Amino acid sequence: MTPVATPFFFYFLAAIALLSGLAVITRRNPVHSAVALIMTLLSVAGLYLMLYAPFVAGVQIILYAGGIVVLFLFVIMLVSLEKAVREYQFNHQWHVAAAATAVLGGLLVYVYVKGRGIFPARAAVMPETLNTQQVSLSLFQDYLLPFEIASLLLLVAIIGAVVMAKKRI
Amino acid sequence: MQSFLSYLNSKLTPGEAGNFAWATIYILLIFTGISVAVIAMNWLERKILAHMQVRLGPMRVGPHGLLQPIADALKLLIKEDIMPAEADRVVFWLAPVIVVITAFTVFIVVPFGPTHAVTDMNIGVLFMLGVSSLGVLGIIMAGWASNSHYPLMGALRSSSQMVSYEIAMGLAVVSAILMTTLTPDGVGTLSMIKIVQAQDQQQTWFLFRMFPFGFLAFFIFAVAMVAETNRAPFDLPEAESELVAGFHTEYSGFRWSLFFLAEYAAMLAVSAIAVTLWLGGWMRPFPHWLAGDGWDAFFSFFPAATFFLLALIAFFGTVRMPKHPAFRIQKAGLGAFALVLGGIGIVLLIPAVKDRIQDIYWFVAKVSVFQYAYIWYRGTFPRYRFDQLMKLGWKVMIPMGVAVLIVMAAAPAFNFVW
Repeated sequence: MTPVATPFFFYFLAAIALLSGLAVITRRNPVHSAVALIMTLLSVAGLYLMLYAPFVAGVQIILYAGGIVVLFLFVIMLVSLEKAVREYQFNHQWHVAAAATAVLGGLLVYVYVKGRGIFPARAAVMPETLNTQQVSLSLFQDYLLPFEIASLLLLVAIIGAVVMAKKRI
Repeated sequence: MQSFLSYLNSKLTPGEAGNFAWATIYILLIFTGISVAVIAMNWLERKILAHMQVRLGPMRVGPHGLLQPIADALKLLIKEDIMPAEADRVVFWLAPVIVVITAFTVFIVVPFGPTHAVTDMNIGVLFMLGVSSLGVLGIIMAGWASNSHYPLMGALRSSSQMVSYEIAMGLAVVSAILMTTLTPDGVGTLSMIKIVQAQDQQQTWFLFRMFPFGFLAFFIFAVAMVAETNRAPFDLPEAESELVAGFHTEYSGFRWSLFFLAEYAAMLAVSAIAVTLWLGGWMRPFPHWLAGDGWDAFFSFFPAATFFLLALIAFFGTVRMPKHPAFRIQKAGLGAFALVLGGIGIVLLIPAVKDRIQDIYWFVAKVSVFQYAYIWYRGTFPRYRFDQLMKLGWKVMIPMGVAVLIVMAAAPAFNFVW
């Protein structure tokens, strides 16, 4: 079977991800931002597929696009949009944010120029049928304890959310 | 051309074989099949509901209202397409598109047979659940973009309902996937085709595996899938008595018909998941108990027999038609329809066709049972109140799903399997 992971698809998906990512922060209407965010998440899922990681792509679609953005939209719909649209989009933290972005961008360029040796010259071609098994093996065998600790953290967060949201338990 | 013909002997789905031409043909076939099925469902739903309520249902357009769906489709296409003045134009336009795309995309992995699927993904079930969960985005966007109260209420209800029942659904699906590991080599799978093959290997449907836990998981899924598709008795997002039409109140004409199409396609999709996971997918009834060439031959006549039966019913309708000049065209039409059905039945008797159609027939037959059940629910159950719906989802279905999942995961670990 011929691989579909051609450069065209990479640039196509990356372009969509970047453009819709820009739309997320520039749209005044938060619902439009959320829709653009869905596009970003879906194209990132496509990039995972190109890296022979179908399981990660599926989880990305279910959790992020299908779950988290739905909750985003849920909250946004209840906010008074007229007020949000008239508000200042770029507030006082603009300068700090620009500085942080510049530093991070510089770091990225530095690593890209200096650290070519870190990256493998060519992406390893793996049989995609193994991806789910590999993910499960590393989660439930190699890194079982960290995984369980993370699930405990999530449980604490859930309980916290319930306690904060409910007036009377 | 060479690869086009050589695929006919292949034992792979076109997606896995990398055969682009056949994949396109399969996609077109499935698309037409779903659309025809939606049209048929439309007529059947109205007729069956009517008969359940001791009415006649559509009777005027064509014999027994057979042409009613076509008349409706034409009406919807000609109707004015209104967009509310204060609506958010882009999102309003995008919402039905997203709903339809997600509803149809899931059919890529639906296994109508060991080779009759567009492709077989390693993450098949995950893909289906994920893409169908994107449909809720379209509903929320439709409700919000209409800039009106009823649609917004409908969208809020729909999103909270779908997000809640997705959890119960996921737990039930995971229990079924755990059952695929009960084969001797102990390797499970998420691929739709391999799940059915696992049931073939274990010589039982997962519905009856580790009884009653397989059955419980199926029950949770069967309830959650009705809630996921916003159908009665969980059709609160579009409850007519409270919300006019819920999230698609402001939609009209073609856009509304897209929502309609997507709703029925989603019903078919979740039923396909249920059939694949619990009811043995494309396998004919009792493939191991009633094995042997004689039984194979016996069961292979079912597709043709079904069409002959339908042709017979249509033929009786033609004969019983009143002898009046006003009925002449109807009579000729129904007679021609009977002939077409009989002709399809004869085509299905050709050996080459008969062998290839088997798996598709049994899969479709099982899915149609679910479609009938959907109509049946709508005719029988009163609509739930919203807090009752949430209570059922969170306090009954999810704990039950977790319990079933724990048993499913723990019992094989202690070599306790039945």
